[in-house]
Amino acid sequence: MSNHHDTGSIKAYIIGFILSIVLTIIPLVLVLEHLLSKSALVVSILVAAVLQFVIQLFFFMHIRDGEGPRYNVMALILGLVFVVTIVAGAMWIMSFNSQVQ
Amino acid sequence: MQQSVSAHVSDHDHGHVDQEGLKVLGFWIFLVTDCLLFATFFATYAVLHNHTNGGFTAKEFDIPGFIIETFILLISSFTSGLAVLAMNKGNKKGLIRWLIVTAALGATFVGFEINEFTHMVAEGATISKSAFLTSFFSLVGTHGLHVTFGIFWMIGLIFQLSRKGITPVTKRKISIISLYWHFLDAVWIFIFTVVYLMGVM
Repeated sequence: MSNHHDTGSIKAYIIGFILSIVLTIIPLVLVLEHLLSKSALVVSILVAAVLQFVIQLFFFMHIRDGEGPRYNVMALILGLVFVVTIVAGAMWIMSFNSQVQ
Repeated sequence: MQQSVSAHVSDHDHGHVDQEGLKVLGFWIFLVTDCLLFATFFATYAVLHNHTNGGFTAKEFDIPGFIIETFILLISSFTSGLAVLAMNKGNKKGLIRWLIVTAALGATFVGFEINEFTHMVAEGATISKSAFLTSFFSLVGTHGLHVTFGIFWMIGLIFQLSRKGITPVTKRKISIISLYWHFLDAVWIFIFTVVYLMGVM
C-alpha cells in the first residue's frame, strides 16, 4: 500500500463531489436565468469550469499523490501549455478571417 | 533519490509495483496527449460555431437533455472513485459493485447522447449540414466514443477481477481506468460549458 497518506478518504471524495455539483449548478443557473451581461457570463462560467477541473485533479485524480519527482504533473503542465496554444492561437488567427476574404 | 526509491520498493512485494507505477505514469502521459486531441476539436468548434449554414444553431440544444447527461457523468465519476476506495480496503465485492454502477451510468449517458443525436438528425441537423454541426458532432461524438470504449474496458476488468481478485496488476488496471473516467468527466465539463451553456445563452 503506497501513497496512503493522500489517497482519497471517503471524505475527500464527498467534498470533491459536492463542490463539483455546486460548480455545475452555479453556471447553469447563471445561464438559464440570464443573470449577468454576456461577457461577465462567459468569464464566470469558464472560471467555474476551470475550478471544477482543478477539483477533479486534486480530489478524484489525486495529482498530489506519490513520492519522488511528479512527472505526471510536469507532463500535464506541458500539455496545458499546448492546449491553450492550440485553442487560443486558432481562435486568434481565425479572427482575421473576415479581413482576408 | 536512491533512498526514496529503496524505501518505496520495500513497501511492496519484490519491487514489482514500481513497474506498475511506471505504467500509471505512462497512462498519465497518454491522457495529456488525449487532451491535445480534444484541444484541436475544441479549437475547431470555437472557430466554426457561428457557421450554421442557415440550419440548426447552438441555441436549439435540448436543455434538460444535456443537464441530465452532465449529472449522470458527474455521479459516475464519483462512483468510480468509490470503486477505488473499496479496492484500497481490499473489498473485492464492493469494488465490482461500484464498477458495475459506474459502467451502467456510463451506458445511460451514452444512451441519452445517442437519443440527442438521433433527434437532431431527424430534424435535419446532420453532420454534413453545416461547419458548426461537423465540429459539434466531431467533438461531442469523440467524447462519446471515449465513454463507450471505457464501458467495454470496465466490463473486461470486472471479469478479470472476479477471476483473479485484487492483485498488484489488477489494482494498477483499476487505478488507470478510474483516471480515464475522471478525465472523461473533466473533458465533459468543458463540453458542457463551451458547447452547451455558451450555445444556449
